[in-house]
Amino acid sequence: MDKLIYLDNAATTRTAPEVVEAMLPYFTEHYGNPSSVYGFASANKEVIAKQREIIAGVLGAKANEIYFTAGGTESDNWALTATAEAYAEKGKHIITSRIEHHAILHTCAYLEKRGYEVTYLDVDENGLVDPAAVEAAIRPDTILISIMFANNEIGTIEPIAEIGKIARAHGVLFHTDAVQAFAHVPINVDECNIDMLSASGHKLNGPKGIGFLYIRKGVKIRSFIHGGAQERKRRAGTENVPGIVGLGKAVELAAASMKERMDRETEIRDYLISRIGKEIPYCRLNGDRTKRLPNNVNFSFRFIEGESLLIMLDMKGICASSGSACTSGSLDPSHVLLAIGLPHEIAHGSLRMTLDEEMTKEDVDYVVDNLKEIVAQLRSMSPLYEDFVKKQEKNQ
Amino acid sequence: MYTEKVMDHFQHPRNVGEIENASGVGTVGNAKCGDIMRIYLDIDEDQIIRDVKFKTFGCGAAVATSSMATELVKGKSVQEAMEVTNKAVMEALDGLPPVKVHCSLLAEEAIHAALWDYAEKNGIKIEGLEKPKSDIHEGEEEEEEEY
Repeated sequence: MDKLIYLDNAATTRTAPEVVEAMLPYFTEHYGNPSSVYGFASANKEVIAKQREIIAGVLGAKANEIYFTAGGTESDNWALTATAEAYAEKGKHIITSRIEHHAILHTCAYLEKRGYEVTYLDVDENGLVDPAAVEAAIRPDTILISIMFANNEIGTIEPIAEIGKIARAHGVLFHTDAVQAFAHVPINVDECNIDMLSASGHKLNGPKGIGFLYIRKGVKIRSFIHGGAQERKRRAGTENVPGIVGLGKAVELAAASMKERMDRETEIRDYLISRIGKEIPYCRLNGDRTKRLPNNVNFSFRFIEGESLLIMLDMKGICASSGSACTSGSLDPSHVLLAIGLPHEIAHGSLRMTLDEEMTKEDVDYVVDNLKEIVAQLRSMSPLYEDFVKKQEKNQ
Repeated sequence: MYTEKVMDHFQHPRNVGEIENASGVGTVGNAKCGDIMRIYLDIDEDQIIRDVKFKTFGCGAAVATSSMATELVKGKSVQEAMEVTNKAVMEALDGLPPVKVHCSLLAEEAIHAALWDYAEKNGIKIEGLEKPKSDIHEGEEEEEEEY
């Protein structure tokens, strides 16, 4: 296929060539173990420290508050389980939302089986968590609040600063899963009173298999992996030096271009949203219209099913994703779409398109022109659409 | 993930549409689970299926199994159509991924539902035909989750 329009940047991104270039010497030349004494290897310790500084700088954090992990999922697992363990004496209550990533939700389920209690906050029809509801859920035994910075499916950006303020006022730790938001939108851990933050390299044109957990100094949290002094003994194991270098480079590049990229992506995003909204009937934009990641577009198209839509888009060289059950391997559609109140059949017909800064208006036109045809074609063979049309004719 | 035949029947579905005053119509599935199939049968006085059409809301496999099922029953007698099982549909498509086997069950169910409607309307009994379930997913066990 000659044409390829990649609209699944929330799933993963292309590793930037500059990132790969920065990583390569750490496989074949500077391959030494950073823990070794001789200069050839121990120089890598400095290299790692440098990446920590770059990342900390972007977050307004200190370098020794950045702990490298194997990615966002590990960071989320660590933040929750290690906090739960360390603060068990204070209490066993955790507050989160219904629209978190499964890395959070399944870890919460794991903790629930081990005697912890979890409050899952509802969200409004745009996926926003109400800070007042967070405050109302806090109990004397609440040890942690974990609310995502921005949702991976519908792109809604949560009121993190307000929630952080509440958490701080009540002396409860605050973790945010910023996998989709970090280096895409500005985040300052002090301004938002964030105590812990998860991020991943491959969502920002960095390599896969590397991420980090920011842990504010003073937060009592258990070690996650045992067996060495790496990451201040909290996450043992020989450092993934090429990965760390790649992550540092990706963060450096992303931070330098953030403002420009946000403006550009927002413009293209809004053009895509407006064309679909105007030209395809019976659709709904999922997620908040303005409090939204610059690269996220999520629509539900009534009377059709998402996987069919994805296959047909794929035939036109368009890569996207859906919250339909068929794409998740279960019978239920996305928990996020259900949490914002969509009925099952409408949740099944969802389409997520997450763009990058290289997307042009011409690409949008190609996507919308094809999408219009595909939606019409799938509706023409949908019994739900047939019933809907007949009902309308009857009512006229 | 899908075989060439599944992709072919998904991209070029056979017998899509409706039949006005059909001899039998069957709709099965559940929008909640993400698939609904409707089959229209035109059956003559010799109980031969002269024409068949379908409409499906569902994934690629749901569309392909509906399309294949209509191909397999077209021109057959109602009794022969009873032999078009989900297994036959799957085999004709060179197989389906395990998570999509329920789509072929749905296709069999849709044919049966349309035949049942025809039999009811005409006071005929078709051997081996049972009243269709309204929801194919009934009785299915929930996926076990481990933590």
